[in-house]
Amino acid sequence: MGRMRFQLDWTIFLLIGAIAAVGLLNLYSTAEGSLSGRFLQQIYWYILGTSAFLVVATIDYRQYNHYGYWIYVGGLVLLLLTLVIGRKVKGSTRWIGYGPLGVQPSELIKIVVIVVLAKYLHSDPSIEGRGLKDLAGPFALVAGPVALILAQPDLGTALLVILIFFSLMLMTKLKIRSFLVLLSSLVVIAPLTWTLLLKDYQKRRFLSFLDPQADPSGAGYHLKQSLIAIGSGELTGKGFQQGTQSHLRFLPETWTDFPFAVWAEEWGFIGSLVLLGLYLFLIVWGVNLARTARDRFASVVCMGVAVMFFWHVLINIGMVSGLLPIVGVTLPLVSYGGSSVLTFMIGAGLLMNVSIRRYSY
Amino acid sequence: MTVFIILCFAVLLGRLVQMQLFQGRDYRDQAHSLMIRRVTLKAKRGVIMDRRGRVMVDNEINFNVYIVPRYFPAEAFGKLKKYLELDDEQSRHIKKKILDAPGERRSFSLLAVPAITWDQRARLETNAFELPGVRVLTEWKRRYPYGNLAAHVLGYINEVSRAEIRRLGGYRIGDKIGRFGIERQWEYYLRGKPGFERFVVDVRGRRQKDKRLVRLLGPPAMRRQRPRTGSNLVLTLDLDLQRIVESSLRWHPAGAAVVVEVNTGRILAMTSKPAFDPAMLSSRLTQDQARQLYDNPYHPMLDKTVMGSYFPGSTFKVITAIAALEERLANTYEYIFCKGYHEYGRKSAFRCTSQHGPMHFHSAIVKSCNIYFYTLGKRVGMNRLSRYARDFGLGTPTRLGLNGERGGFIPTKAWYAKNMPGGFRIGHTLNASVGQGNVTTTPLQLAMLYATIANGGRLYLPQIVERMESSRGKVLRTYPPVLRRRVQVSDRTLRLVKAGLRGVVAEQGGTAYEAWDGRLRAAGKTGTAQVIKREKKSRDPRDWWRFADHAWFAAYAPYDNPEIAVVVLVEHGGSAGKVAAPIAMRIIRDYYAKVRPKANAGRSRGLAPSPNPGQGMAPQ
Repeated sequence: MGRMRFQLDWTIFLLIGAIAAVGLLNLYSTAEGSLSGRFLQQIYWYILGTSAFLVVATIDYRQYNHYGYWIYVGGLVLLLLTLVIGRKVKGSTRWIGYGPLGVQPSELIKIVVIVVLAKYLHSDPSIEGRGLKDLAGPFALVAGPVALILAQPDLGTALLVILIFFSLMLMTKLKIRSFLVLLSSLVVIAPLTWTLLLKDYQKRRFLSFLDPQADPSGAGYHLKQSLIAIGSGELTGKGFQQGTQSHLRFLPETWTDFPFAVWAEEWGFIGSLVLLGLYLFLIVWGVNLARTARDRFASVVCMGVAVMFFWHVLINIGMVSGLLPIVGVTLPLVSYGGSSVLTFMIGAGLLMNVSIRRYSY
Repeated sequence: MTVFIILCFAVLLGRLVQMQLFQGRDYRDQAHSLMIRRVTLKAKRGVIMDRRGRVMVDNEINFNVYIVPRYFPAEAFGKLKKYLELDDEQSRHIKKKILDAPGERRSFSLLAVPAITWDQRARLETNAFELPGVRVLTEWKRRYPYGNLAAHVLGYINEVSRAEIRRLGGYRIGDKIGRFGIERQWEYYLRGKPGFERFVVDVRGRRQKDKRLVRLLGPPAMRRQRPRTGSNLVLTLDLDLQRIVESSLRWHPAGAAVVVEVNTGRILAMTSKPAFDPAMLSSRLTQDQARQLYDNPYHPMLDKTVMGSYFPGSTFKVITAIAALEERLANTYEYIFCKGYHEYGRKSAFRCTSQHGPMHFHSAIVKSCNIYFYTLGKRVGMNRLSRYARDFGLGTPTRLGLNGERGGFIPTKAWYAKNMPGGFRIGHTLNASVGQGNVTTTPLQLAMLYATIANGGRLYLPQIVERMESSRGKVLRTYPPVLRRRVQVSDRTLRLVKAGLRGVVAEQGGTAYEAWDGRLRAAGKTGTAQVIKREKKSRDPRDWWRFADHAWFAAYAPYDNPEIAVVVLVEHGGSAGKVAAPIAMRIIRDYYAKVRPKANAGRSRGLAPSPNPGQGMAPQ
């Protein structure tokens, strides 16, 4: 190894810090002043996440490339383990461990998938566009985890993995034919998944976004309350800790699926704009890193992380504002959930990792 | 790729702009409608009193349980059942009304259990946290402490219908509205005005006291408004007299009676029999109860004093007498011979009650000779007879304003020409002159007629409400006597007629003489209203009562200085002299014995005594 010249990337620090601050502030309001319990837990996870961030950023990413497949196998094992010894919560087996020490491996698998795809693409670059045959490899790599996730069942995370996969594939050079096939396969998969894989309640939840009025006390109720909360925030919001819909308990799931609604209600359009801006900045930064990275692995990793952030933000905010159907997808660093925080912190760490070594030799 | 990302964010941003900036106001309103509850505070209904301030209709406190279905979880039902000791019927009713309430009604506060006890209320309040959405409200229920006394005058109330809510405005589901009598006529003044209360609630319907939230309600005027109690009414009725009058009819299944103050038109007592129970009609009737009321052949739901049209019979003869004297078509010396029948058409149709022999004016009244009056009637003619009748207020409603008053009917030649096949015949005049044929009156009209004769020719507007007061006793409006007109009749004519009326009571041979106790200073006229033409009567002896004629007695007292006029109608009473007259006389006697002395003593409420206080009884 040659001499390393480190260039700390303050932008990433600040952006992650700012988003995490928003998250904590929002959670504080949701917690209604009680600092023990979930709020405290989230702080612990932030601390753990920060440590993970630093560790991940420090180890040379070429190590990750080297051990890529091992990491992948480890991830698969973890997923299998979840199905076997995992806890059943609300009809799906997602957790290993209890309460504050519980992890959701399906969250972390996203990072694993990104890393393994990066390794695959790094070690198998092709000059011309990829044909269908060439896509078989990545497809196989992804199919396993997706199947295991769907078996839990966890619709949201599976969707995310699939989206990351498609995004990364589209990013590489493809023959026209395979591009079209890729796109059309999306069209085929959707109805198949609908009829074969989805349960009734998932279907209902999905469709409720089309007409929340149809069943205001049931599936559409969450969405209706969310819309009211967000909309009534108007320009400047109702003020910190004064969101009526959240504090009077009209809005449910304020910790996990709907924290954005709480934020939008209390801080208004201005607050929403700020948060969206922070996310956009971070994502674009990641994409830029991908474009200027020194090697293929780094490029794919950065793109993968950026895309992961992107889809989470898009789907979560899209669903709470009624544009997209309701699927359980967390808002990065704002939603409550240790595994989610860990995942995004590790992702950010990877970005930092690449960024630091941009100019090293 | 970057472009795609930015595009997606732009879409998100656009959506937020739409929701927060353009639709923000709408969403804010929606948020408020979820958070803010408006509860109507019901007003207390005004009280109805008799002329001495004794309460005839008021309100009593009831504890009613209200539930808002949206906040009431099905699991809480078991606790509710336990605390209120509900039976199966009540449980079923609540399940249907509350737990199964349709979507739009789930946010309303619905009446679940009315009239619970103190203990049950205490239990509910102690365990309120187990019963979200349940409230106990203290409300008023209409009370009729005297049962069915003066039922037709006072009326009753019950729940307003949806159609009425739409039509009238200002009423909500569960409000009560007056249905009969004073309750209905004076509904607007009695009901007062409801108030409201608004407060902020959380998703479980619990009231929030946080000042920052309360500010959302707006200024204090928008937060709470106290209800305004309805106005009280003081009627012209005298409770004691009303009791006496109703009691005097107790041996007869059907009839009516009116007592009016001759010099003011104020109604002292008014009853129609049979009556109904206002308390029963205020709640939901069972099918049986409803059927009993409406199938009863004596028509308890009819207020006979103003809605019943009857033949006045011989009581109408005073009109004929007055008309003949005024038109100088008769005098007091002339003798007309009564041989028991009048020759016209079929011999049997125009008869007299007996063969009276030679009759002159005074004796014809005293003995109620039909032949004499047929003769007079023929001379006066249908149209003039009609005119005098109308002058005394017959043929049109008295404008009391209670219970859909009918006006009776006084025919004219033109009417017969138009409505009778064969047109007008003299026979019609003959019938009219004795108060039969097509002449009909209500008991109240007859009372006003005799009152006018008694007071010397002043036709007053009958009144039942003396004044209206606020709930705190401040007088809001008084209703002084209203003179409608002075009839076109000379004093001499009236004097002669009145002498005849005194003879009916006090002279041997008078149709009411048998009932006279020898002392009562009253005058009046008997009347028998045919129920059905004689030929059509059935042979079955058990049917006798249904075809028995109605019995009238119209009187006033004291005869020399009248104060009150009394009209008694006994349906199917048969002979007026034997049945109606004694009742009327008893009323008059009891009035002077029990009611009048107290009325004069009770000046504390500032009532002026009737003018011309006289004596009802001759000095011992």
